[in-house]
Amino acid sequence: MSALRKIQEDFFATVLSNDDVIARHVAVPHGPKGRRIAVYRNTVQSGLVDVLAVAFPVVRRIVGEAFFSTLARRFIAAHPPRVPQLSTYGAELPAYIATVEPLNQLPYLVDIARLEWARGESYFASDGAVLAAEDLARVPPDTLPDLHLALHAATRVISSRHPIYRIWHVNRPENADIPQLDLTVAEAAIVARPGHHVLTRQISLGDAAMIQSFTSGAALSVALDAALQLEPDFDVQSALHQHLIGGTFASLTLPPTR
Amino acid sequence: MPDVADALSSAPPAVAWWEVHSENFLSPGGPRLAMLDDISPHYPISCHGVGLSLGSHAGLDAQHLARLKSLFDRVRPALVSEHLSWSVIAGTYLNDLLPLPYTDEALDVVARNVDRAQQFLGRQILVENPSAYVTFATSTMPEWEFLARLCARTGCGLLLDVNNVYVSAENNGGDSADYLDHVDGALVGEIHLAGHTIEDEGESRVLVDTHSKLVADPVWDLYRRTVQRIGPRPTLIEWDLDLPPLTTLMGEAARANAILTHARGQNVRAA
Repeated sequence: MSALRKIQEDFFATVLSNDDVIARHVAVPHGPKGRRIAVYRNTVQSGLVDVLAVAFPVVRRIVGEAFFSTLARRFIAAHPPRVPQLSTYGAELPAYIATVEPLNQLPYLVDIARLEWARGESYFASDGAVLAAEDLARVPPDTLPDLHLALHAATRVISSRHPIYRIWHVNRPENADIPQLDLTVAEAAIVARPGHHVLTRQISLGDAAMIQSFTSGAALSVALDAALQLEPDFDVQSALHQHLIGGTFASLTLPPTR
Repeated sequence: MPDVADALSSAPPAVAWWEVHSENFLSPGGPRLAMLDDISPHYPISCHGVGLSLGSHAGLDAQHLARLKSLFDRVRPALVSEHLSWSVIAGTYLNDLLPLPYTDEALDVVARNVDRAQQFLGRQILVENPSAYVTFATSTMPEWEFLARLCARTGCGLLLDVNNVYVSAENNGGDSADYLDHVDGALVGEIHLAGHTIEDEGESRVLVDTHSKLVADPVWDLYRRTVQRIGPRPTLIEWDLDLPPLTTLMGEAARANAILTHARGQNVRAA
């Protein structure tokens, strides 16, 4: 094996663990080698904890700073970054949270993490025009049932068996008082980026089912059925109006004319 | 950095050029990239990378190189730079600038990677000297010699970080002034200055390149001495953590400018 490769493998093992295996290759003129090696380990590990803290501020507030730091360090050891682009780091944290036993007491935490990750993805997603109300107004009414609506690249929908929108909202850093919430109420949230800002708002469960149907390629009539099954009094007009203001869609496709 | 963002949104600031970390702008879209699109037609941009991992024994990551090229095609930077370090191994990215042994074997690896990057990007890159907290027992040449040989073999240039020269010398027992005197000025395309933090004292004393303080006086002295010898170069004050008010940053930039102006006058007289 090449000498350089051996050094790089030992350095790799050193910075992601607490074992100074690199020590046998390095020289320092004074002081303990471990003190110097710790500078590299600290840059890597603290740097990644900070990246995760920025991406998951509400998870961090819910579990507390100390627990978050421990959680993050375990996650980093299990899932170090694969890509030299740290805005993509943390995608696996929601699934990882589901495997951490003490966190089973916070069954909503996985969905909160998914919501926070969705916000990050939305921020960095491709640009492109959003579908405007005028575009939809031009669609001949008789073709509406067969209409296909494509989501904008920056749009994400998260549904949960827990009140995730309200849990997320009350735990944002600017909110000091956290009220008691009924944790059994199911909620959904949509994340979109109509301009330069990522917006997050609560939507009804029927609305979420409609949007998720669009994602899998369903036409409006099918998506509407999915919404009405969950929510018999679902108001499709009002929901579509909010989506057009909020930048949910990128484009529409009309059925071929017969 | 509310101060900087405010200054940007109010009026076009009187700065000569901008430097960004390439890796912060590799997303497909979003407001951050839009901000760069707004300024890039009006100012020279320097794209300073931290993730290409020029020292990786297994070669460069083709996908990362391709992402960088798309960014450069979009922004058309005046300068592109990377570090004499490594950070990628076996498909894992370690978010630091990890040190290399200065050996013939490592020189072959880095030269091969720099060649590939320059060919793929169709342009010269500048390579920056890193701050070091350890050295390798197997090294056979000083860092300045390794860099000089790398430039000779590949045609790359140097991004000379004066603070890193000082931090490495203090930590590893070297002579900063002697290092800088050995650098061929013709190779230097840009200079970095930054503040460091002194952690611990006595036996365990270590200088950490934190980019969170004012540039230290010995580093200013080394900078003055260097630009007096090689002439003025585009100079950046790096400040990434514990950001001060914008006026403090402008004060540091003014101090560098005064030294550059003085060196320019001296160089004209010499010519």
